[in-house]
This record gives sequence, structure tokens and C-alpha cells, in this order.
Amino acid sequence: MTRSIASLLDALLGRMPIGWLQLSHSRGRLLAALAGVTFANILVFVQLGILGALNQSTISSYDMFDGDIMISSSDANTLTDGSNVARTRMFEALGVPGVKDATPLFIANLEWQREDGNASTLQTIAIDPEKTEFAAPEVTARLTDLRLQNRVFVDRRTRGLPADALENVSPSEPYVFELNGTTVWAVGTLDVGGGFAADGSLYASDQTFLTLFPNRSSSAPNHILLSVEDGIDPEVVVERLRDVLPADSVKVDRKAAMASADLTYQTTERPTGVIFGFGVIIGIIVGVVIVYQVLSTDVADHMSEYATFKAIGYPQKFFLGIVIEEAVILAVLGFIPGLLVSVGLYALMSNVTGLPMSMDVLRGASVLVGTILACSISGALATRKLAAADPADLF
Amino acid sequence: MPRDDRRNDIGPSPIVAQGLNHWFGTGEARKQAIHDVTVEIDKGSLTILMGPSGSGKTTVLTLMGCLRDVQEGSVTLLGSELNGAPEVLQVLLRRRLGFIFQAHNLHGSLTAAQNVQMGLEVHGRADPGRQRAAAVHALSILGLDDRVDYLPANLSGGQKQRVAIARAMVSNPDIVFADEPTAALDKVSGTNVVRILKELGRQRGTTTVMVTHDNRILEMADRIITLEEGRIVDDKRQTA
Repeated sequence: MTRSIASLLDALLGRMPIGWLQLSHSRGRLLAALAGVTFANILVFVQLGILGALNQSTISSYDMFDGDIMISSSDANTLTDGSNVARTRMFEALGVPGVKDATPLFIANLEWQREDGNASTLQTIAIDPEKTEFAAPEVTARLTDLRLQNRVFVDRRTRGLPADALENVSPSEPYVFELNGTTVWAVGTLDVGGGFAADGSLYASDQTFLTLFPNRSSSAPNHILLSVEDGIDPEVVVERLRDVLPADSVKVDRKAAMASADLTYQTTERPTGVIFGFGVIIGIIVGVVIVYQVLSTDVADHMSEYATFKAIGYPQKFFLGIVIEEAVILAVLGFIPGLLVSVGLYALMSNVTGLPMSMDVLRGASVLVGTILACSISGALATRKLAAADPADLF
Repeated sequence: MPRDDRRNDIGPSPIVAQGLNHWFGTGEARKQAIHDVTVEIDKGSLTILMGPSGSGKTTVLTLMGCLRDVQEGSVTLLGSELNGAPEVLQVLLRRRLGFIFQAHNLHGSLTAAQNVQMGLEVHGRADPGRQRAAAVHALSILGLDDRVDYLPANLSGGQKQRVAIARAMVSNPDIVFADEPTAALDKVSGTNVVRILKELGRQRGTTTVMVTHDNRILEMADRIITLEEGRIVDDKRQTA
């Protein structure tokens, strides 16, 4: 194995793979170095996973409804934190050329106190069940099941809910339970999962929503969803709406732009996003420090040997090449177990917390490239003493 | 070992030192180690630098060998001035030299043959198979043909020193600088090493400058320069 890698590197580098030979010569040190890089990778992956879960749960809320344009309160940074929007804005919007249809969107969190004594917070999303074009693709075909009062779809991946609790739920075999003192019939399920603000989701008609939240009014939804007539650029309609609607009370944008702004707010201005962002940075710093320690110790241990090579005419770039070779080997070999352990941790954390944590190719590739870069920079820093010294001073 | 025509452009004195002074330390701790050393080394000769510990032998050797920056005075090595020489020139000059150190400084994770090959790869990697063959040949000349794939940890002190000598000699250098090369060798091995160096001088015009305390090899030298307290106090030519 060691010889095969040496032969491969020999062919790739066009020189003796001294970095690999050095690393593989001291197995104990190699394993310790790989453990360090692996640990740093896991640290970064976990932080990225949590940050990704925050992003995913933010975006998944927007996937619960459809529409080309949203009208929201001007003080709303997320789906749930702004003031309500006067329904009259919907009627004003319907008079703007290019607007095809509109519907109010209601969102609020609801505590589900279950019979087993546990409670879950459900993000409840409600639209008019007749307006199927504004429903999430997952529920469009069965939205009419919500026409009857107090019929809902419940998230089968609700955090804390037994996995089989909602098995075989259908309009003919509803799951009956109580929410906020009201008996409801779950006639279908959703596959969403928990986020940072709620343990799961609930889909309902606007009328059922108003029953579940008696203090809310049909005249003041959270947002208004608009669809645009075929062949018309939604951006043009957005501009028309902005001209008509008062900017001091509502804001208008495409749905995707609203989701993107929400995501930016969550990750850059909310404490959770900022903390997880810092976690990623700290993970990278820890990784750089570990690899720098490993490589600078390695350079120090081989100083007299390097000095001899320097004395016989090897230039500085040769030593830089050796250390970068070591850095890349450590980065790649440390990344593999780091990735595998992180995939396992994602599954574990997702099971325990219900957060949507999963590894994707982009994240894996980004961390690998980042690790190689961080290791290479650490390696370059580690050769500074060698570059500055006379060979005679190094023996 | 491959022959090399580079030495045709070398004048009669591959090393000329003039008015060489050198200090170590800074401030009040600054101490002069070399005082006004002027010496010219003949091409193809075996020159031994002698003197008590701290007399400046190794410092002179490293200044001549481009291993230490010249502070004051002049060293002309293979026709190039070393005082103020840019790094790139120093690197090119070092490739025409061979170094043998008391501490052999073999790379612990490379085999004997790989260590010797490093003396060839510095000139580029034309044919790895041929370079290995040259390395094995160099080791066999020094009686190590059955140790070519041994790591340094599995070689005796004398064997390690012979590997270091093979590494220095394999690229057929213009000059060999040796610092106590026989210290770890028994009398027979030590004498053999010096004999090989002398033979190279005779056959190929290789110049050897050696620091040694080993009285057993003095009679083989063409010239013996004695230093004391950083000054040349004796310079004796002899017919070996």
C-alpha cells in the first residue's frame, strides 16, 4: 500500500515523493496528524451542517406555498416576524395589470399538546383551499381535502412524534386530535421535518386557521401571494405593484427574492446564524493551527536533512514542494474519515433533533478544497525558517 | 559515476579566499571567528584544514563551500564571487559541489540508494532507472552493494558515513568539502575513503577540502593548512 502510493506520487510529481515517505515513515505521527485534520474537518462539517439546516428549514417554509410575487409587511424580515398585512392590499393588487390571482397566506406557530404528555410546536400554514395554484406541489392535488372545517395535513416527521403515529392517515382514516382546544382531523400528512422555530408543520385552510387562532382575523393575513398572467415578466408586475402600494407599510418582491432575503437575514443578522457562521470560521482556524503544528514540527524534525539538501543545491521551492505534498496528503487522507464520520453525525443529529441535515456534493467538495488550501498555507508558513537560514546554521 | 565536462572551464584555483573575516553573534556578544584568511586551493588537490576545536576550520570550510554568507572579504568559488552572491547563483554553485559532514545527515525515511539518488536528482530527473543504477554503483564502490535498500536506522555509523560519501560523490562534483568524514570510520575504512577522494582528484581533477583531526590520514594530503583562533598559522605542502 505504502509502496503503491509512493510509486503513484513518484509518477505524479516527477521526483521522489519525499513528503509521503516522511509521513509514512513515522506511522504514529501520521495517525496523530490525520486525527487532527479529521477532527478539524468534522468540526467544520458539523457547523456547516447546522448552518445548512438553518438555511434548509428557512427555505422549506417557502416551499410550503407557491406564487410568483409576495406582498409582506415592510417590517417583516422573515415569514413570521413582521406585522400582518391588510387584506385590502390584496384587492388593490388584483387591480394592477398583469396580476392574475391572489390569496392571503396565514402563518403562525401552534403548540400541540399530545396525549402522551409531550408537546410539539407546529408551524401552521394556511391558504384558501380553492386556490390550488398557491399550494405547495406536495399538496396541490389533495388541497380540496381541506375544504371541510378543521381538516389538516400534519407533518409526519414532526419532532418527538413516534414514527408510526401517522401511518395510514387518509381522508377515510383520519387521525383525530386536539389543537388549542379544537378537535381537528388529520386527513393527510406532510414530509417536512423540524426546523429551528418549530418541530414540524401543519397545513390548513384559512378558515380552519382562524378557528385554531381565534385572535387572528381574516382581514389581516401574514402575507399575500400573487400569481402573474402568462407571458408577463413578474419583475415588471413587481414594479407596478410598488408604484401602487404604500412602501411604508408593505414591501413587494418575487417569492424567490423574499426567500433569499430571509435567508440572508437569518444567517447574517440573527444570533443563531451568526454563531454557526463563527463556528465554521473557528473550525477552519482550529484546522489550520493543527496542520501548522504538525507540519512545522515535521520541518523542525527534518531540519538537518533539509539543510543537507539545501547544501547540495536544492532550491527553496523544493522544500516548499515537500511540505505542500505532505499538506495535500494530510488534507486528503484526513478528509475521507472526516467526511464519513460527519455523514454519520448528520444522520444521528437529524434523528435526535429532526433538523434537515444532509451531506451534499458541493459541501463535501468545498470542505475538501478548503482543507487542501488551509493545509497548503500552513505548510508554506512552516518552511519560513528554512528559507531564511544559511545551510550551515541548520546542521 | 558519470563524467562531466563542466570542469574544463575552471581555472587552476577553484577556490580563492582573500582577506576573509567572519563574526558570530551580535552586539556585545559579537565575536570574530575568522581573521584575514587568504588562501588559494589548487585544482585536483587534497587539502586538509587542521587546528584545535574552535580554531575556525569548519567556518572557513562553510564559507568556501557557499553554505554561509560571506560577511567581509572575498571568496571566489569556481570563478564566481560569493560575497553578495544572489541565492540563485549560490544554488547553482552548490550543485557543482559535494558535501560530506561529520553528522551524515541522511534522510531517515529514504533508503541508502534513495539518499544517494538525491545527489543526482538535484540536477534534474532524466531517467530514474539510470539514476538508481548510478546510485547503486556509487554505493558498491564504497562496499555497500548489499545495503542499497536499507534505511539509515538499519546501518552502522560507518555505513551511514559511506552512504553520505556516495551521495556527495555520485554527481561527480568539481569540489568536495568534507567535515570530519572519517570520524565515524575505523582506520581501514577511513583510509579507503580518503584514498577514493584522492583518486578522484587524480582521475577527474576533483578538488577536496577536508577538515579533520584524524592524524592517520595526514600523510595522504597534498597540503595541510593549520588554523588557530581564526588565523592561518601554518600552510604546508607535501608530496603524498
